[in-house]
Amino acid sequence: MAVELTCQELVELVTDYLEGKLGWRDRRRVAKHLSACDACVLYVAQMRETLDLLGTVPVDTLSAEAQSTLLDAFRHLKR
Amino acid sequence: MAGDERELLAALRAGDEAAFSRIVSEWSRPMLALARGFVSTEASAEEVVQETWLAVIKGLDRFEGRSSLRTWVYRIMVNTAKTRGVKEHRTLPWSTLAGEDAGPSLDPALFQSAGESHPGGWRAAPAAWPEEVAVEGSVLAGEVRAELRTALDALPDRQRTVLTLRDVLGHTSEEVCQLLEISAANQRVLLHRARTAVRAGLASYLERS
Repeated sequence: MAVELTCQELVELVTDYLEGKLGWRDRRRVAKHLSACDACVLYVAQMRETLDLLGTVPVDTLSAEAQSTLLDAFRHLKR
Repeated sequence: MAGDERELLAALRAGDEAAFSRIVSEWSRPMLALARGFVSTEASAEEVVQETWLAVIKGLDRFEGRSSLRTWVYRIMVNTAKTRGVKEHRTLPWSTLAGEDAGPSLDPALFQSAGESHPGGWRAAPAAWPEEVAVEGSVLAGEVRAELRTALDALPDRQRTVLTLRDVLGHTSEEVCQLLEISAANQRVLLHRARTAVRAGLASYLERS
């Protein structure tokens, strides 16, 4: 019989859980904990929401000047 | 090489400027994030990416197509960035984990300690977030994005690099491991610490506001 997870332990397993990298034993321990702990259900939901929100964060690309300098270099070499 | 890559390569070799502009604009996003994992400043990362594209322009005709075009470009970038990192006396130990990657990832004070009624249980459940957070275009969603940028910038370099590539830009764990030459286990440790820190930063921002 596997020892039950604490909330603090679950928090450390969340990424492996969401990545599908837990072994069946740990996956069952996580599922069992979540079935009885609303606080951890909320924690996991917030983690998923954080990941969704991260996907909307704009990421810088090269400046317009740098891009046009590169295009000049490309044009020059291809001529 | 896949068919669309072959077409892209042919277009680039034929001097197709639109195709070149498009990949410079798109690929430079992950390239900048990746370069930042090897050099000390944003400006330096920009130079690495520009230098990479110049090398790509010069090398296009020599590229043999043994890997995908993107992989070839990224590999040139990683080598350029590493060389630059050494010059800047800044080499991140990508293959081994550092002190910042050990210990509990979330503040232990949030959990009950050994002498209490539920050791390891939440002292108080996480506070629920307002639904407006997830509403596209809402004021709060805009603030949250700004807060996430701040939280990302505050992460240790390796954690930020992995999180940006995975969760912001949507690369797979396999791609990230290959690009950074790290094991799947180390990638997950860095990702886990970064995700935990960013969620906690967002939670405390939402509690304050």
